[in-house]
Amino acid sequence: MNTQLYDKLIFELSRPGCRGYALPDENRADEGLGDIKTLPEQLLRESEPELPRVDEPTLVRHYTNSSTNNFGVDTGFYPLGSCTMKYNPKINEELAAGFASELHPLQPADTVQGALEVYWRLQKALSTIGGMAEFTLNPHAGAQGELTGLMVIKSYHNSREDYGRTRILVPDSAHGTNPASAACAGYEVVEVHSMPDGTVDVEDLKSKLDSSVAALMMTNPNTVGMFERNIPVIAEAVHAVGALLYYDGANLNPLLGVARPGDMGFDVMHINLHKTFATPHGGGGPGAGPVGVRAGLEQFLPNPRVLQAPDGTLYVNEQDSACGRVSAWLGNYTVFVKALAYIYTLGACGLRYVGPLATLNANYIMHSLCDLYELPIPGPCKHEFVFDGLKDKSTGVTTLNIAKALLDCGFHAPTIYFPLLFHESLMIEPTETESRRTLDDFISAMRDIAGRAASEPDSVRTEPHHTPVRHPDDTEAALHPRLTWSDLKC
Amino acid sequence: MSKIYFLPSHEYARIDEQNPDIAYVGITPYAASQLGNVVYVDMPEADDDVVAGEEFGAIESVKAASDLFSPVSGAVIEINEHLLDNPRLINQDPIENWIIKVQMSDSSELEKLLDAEAYDALCKSEKH
Amino acid sequence: MDTPSHPYFPHTAEDIAAMLERCGVKTVEELYSDVPDSVLFRGHYELPSAMSESELRRFFKQLARKDRELICFAGAGFYQHYTPAVIPALLSRSEFYTAYTPYQPEISQGTLQYIFEYQSIMCALTGMDVCNASMYDGSTATAEAMMMAVNSLKRRRRVLISATVNPLVAQVVNTYASYNNVTVEVLPEKDGITDREALRSMLGAGDVAAVIVATPNYFGILEDYTGLADEVHAAKALLIMNAHATTLSVLRTPADWGADIACGEAQSLGLPLNYGGPYLGYLSCRRQFMRKMPGRIVGATTDDRGQRVFVLTLQAREQHIRREKATSNICSNQGIMTLHAVMYASLMGPEGLRRVNGAGASGMRRLAAELCLTGKMRLKYPDRPYLNEALFEMADGYSADTLINEAARAGILAGVRVGLNGLLVAVTEQQNEEDIKAYIKVVNSLKKENS
Repeated sequence: MNTQLYDKLIFELSRPGCRGYALPDENRADEGLGDIKTLPEQLLRESEPELPRVDEPTLVRHYTNSSTNNFGVDTGFYPLGSCTMKYNPKINEELAAGFASELHPLQPADTVQGALEVYWRLQKALSTIGGMAEFTLNPHAGAQGELTGLMVIKSYHNSREDYGRTRILVPDSAHGTNPASAACAGYEVVEVHSMPDGTVDVEDLKSKLDSSVAALMMTNPNTVGMFERNIPVIAEAVHAVGALLYYDGANLNPLLGVARPGDMGFDVMHINLHKTFATPHGGGGPGAGPVGVRAGLEQFLPNPRVLQAPDGTLYVNEQDSACGRVSAWLGNYTVFVKALAYIYTLGACGLRYVGPLATLNANYIMHSLCDLYELPIPGPCKHEFVFDGLKDKSTGVTTLNIAKALLDCGFHAPTIYFPLLFHESLMIEPTETESRRTLDDFISAMRDIAGRAASEPDSVRTEPHHTPVRHPDDTEAALHPRLTWSDLKC
Repeated sequence: MSKIYFLPSHEYARIDEQNPDIAYVGITPYAASQLGNVVYVDMPEADDDVVAGEEFGAIESVKAASDLFSPVSGAVIEINEHLLDNPRLINQDPIENWIIKVQMSDSSELEKLLDAEAYDALCKSEKH
Repeated sequence: MDTPSHPYFPHTAEDIAAMLERCGVKTVEELYSDVPDSVLFRGHYELPSAMSESELRRFFKQLARKDRELICFAGAGFYQHYTPAVIPALLSRSEFYTAYTPYQPEISQGTLQYIFEYQSIMCALTGMDVCNASMYDGSTATAEAMMMAVNSLKRRRRVLISATVNPLVAQVVNTYASYNNVTVEVLPEKDGITDREALRSMLGAGDVAAVIVATPNYFGILEDYTGLADEVHAAKALLIMNAHATTLSVLRTPADWGADIACGEAQSLGLPLNYGGPYLGYLSCRRQFMRKMPGRIVGATTDDRGQRVFVLTLQAREQHIRREKATSNICSNQGIMTLHAVMYASLMGPEGLRRVNGAGASGMRRLAAELCLTGKMRLKYPDRPYLNEALFEMADGYSADTLINEAARAGILAGVRVGLNGLLVAVTEQQNEEDIKAYIKVVNSLKKENS
């Protein structure tokens, strides 16, 4: 990454007369423009859209330079808690680039058997990994997976004419998407309290369980990285009142090779392929949020569904019992190619190392820093853990300061101020693809920051000093929103 | 000094000195300090009705957003238009910079609200 | 646990031993001592054993042989366009694709800049003031537009959707609505366009939050929406227009039609068909609805050196702050696909994008003329204006399904069947004269069905 900001916008490189395209038959194109001019005037655009006009080399320089303002997993360590920023294997990109790229989604099924087989095989692979009966891969991201899972749950209760279940229970440590998804599925959200060790308070849960509860949504391990060891009791209590148990798969990584949500009693789950299954996050997407269900709930999965005929051919099916439709077609297809390639690269045995190594890495960092950073919940963590800021509270150095100081050291910041259980949450997730050397470098940087927080707190509080951008004015951005190139020109 | 009443959700109703049926509604200094720099206030329109205990708008800072609940019922007779251009006035003086002015339909509702002393105690308990 | 041996795992036996010692345990299993015995997984994943890269390449090559790439005359919302080679080349820069959501603006200006450029380009195309950082696809973008309208107008929960909107989009809108106590009513079509008289009576019944229409509509028709926005606004409802991104370089914009929210699919901005995804939903609106917009938004500001920089802004609307009060749960969106769209629109520029529409329009006119000459199919709505897509109906005795199957045998995707015997056909700059001739040849050889 460079230390100088490359700050041009593509609009600022635009020059009249420049072009970056060559169409196959430009005479035909111009003839068609003549046809378009004969359409009724009121149907046509009045003035041309303000798009840039650039030649190809200019565009290539622009985006190459702007990419150097960015930090990715390939650039350096990215310990962003609950985001599982593991290495994105290159073979997956290569395979996905060419596969099915020219197939139209509405082609006849007999011309897309290979494409459907990828879907089918990944669906099967996730089912054995999750301990579920079947997965839909259609949801485009984890949040949409949650929403879809809740729609499945509502459809299940409705199919039993059990209409009184209006509430979803969510632990207070849950990811923000859980309550948001429950609200978007038309449910009332009820929070369940945590114990001092960060796990669900079973007594509080039991007091809130009754026939008005549709489901309990849980992350396991939870957002403080603790395994919910009471899960057998919790599952039993939830099922006893006729409610279902939903598994938020954001934290599935440490369980690969160790445990399966289906075996823990979860009825419905989602998986973030861009976390556990190494597909790139793309600066915010595309992800994929497949949803799995236990046997007996398959008919509620959203349309369309990929099914196998007795002769082995695959087909795309729609049925009335489905919870509805959450995507125009089968979702973010090429992401499935990457996830399947990852699973097959590791194979049945290789996958079993993922969870344990991720957990070992997290515990190693935790043990190496807990003398200087406040560890509110001791004991072995799983893939991630949370510090509540520095142990020495007298320095005035906050979690935000620590996060920004890490940027100067060449690391991405951890997740900060989440979970909401602690004031100065600093949530660290190293993943299994980081070497001991990288972890040691990170540990020294964190120790150095803690040391400087005591000796020169003012300097730490003003970091970062060396990034291409320093201390953007967020208040100004929100007070006077400038959201487009036209806004900037005003 | 005009009379002032509070909701536990940190809105106040300040009674107009001339007209006891008119209340100025805004957020408390404690709420303003918790929010930080206010960047936007979502307000109803004049003539809209508000209901005691119900939402009438929302207030946003850079990192937080909070619904606004009305301490009193009645009709909105004026909104504080200065806040449209300069929402940070709320951080400067939230009591002076009220959000809406309400013609109260039932001033007996005020009895259900907290007085200054009870509200102070509430803020102190929230800090811990 | 034994020592792993795989290129993705950097741990040596010495590393693991030293790390376990630091953690004060003897085995990795001890770190899982809190997992109850009853839930430990002791079985085997039903998966093949590990494949090397060579094996994986061979495996996917074999799978690809089961697919057939066809000359594509299908559209129905998804169009085959040319993708300039520089786009995949630049998208493969891992500084872009291995980054997370740009939460740390100091080290994320690359991502923030292209999202800002994307927002600008979509606003230029739709004529709107504000655009978010993308939605999953055109169908969910329309569903979110519907929710946005309902949330802007409290207490109104009726939404009208035209029968001329793509049914795949309408189904997603229906699904989102049904879980949120919103009633979606279908606004009937008449001769391929939205029935304006029916609209008047449905609006008259009151309480409508939004009306959803499409341009071009599902049948490829360019509907004349003159006066529509006034009628919708007179009923105090909002107008949502679903529009295909590429066509907006020549067609009247949703803003000029008076729409409040524009949404739809931007796949046509050179994104490969990819058997359905990843595509790119867009959502844009007038400034007054900015704070009701779901999803991420990037804005410009300055840093402490006075440099112009970009940040995620208006975040207070979002799920991680609002939790159960959020009006949408979206977090991850289509991210890097917005970079794809920005690069495409920039390389094309206004002229290139217009010529893409020109090529499709003239190709469609040639194909339509020839198809009608066969006597085996005809334009369903011959008097309606269209761009690069039109609905045909088969003449008596001929079947659309048979045509699709026969054409597929000849390496052609003839279109998408609509209704019992209709065929929706699209042409882009990708199908040349020979392709059109080959299509006509298939139709000419089509035989009457034995009834």
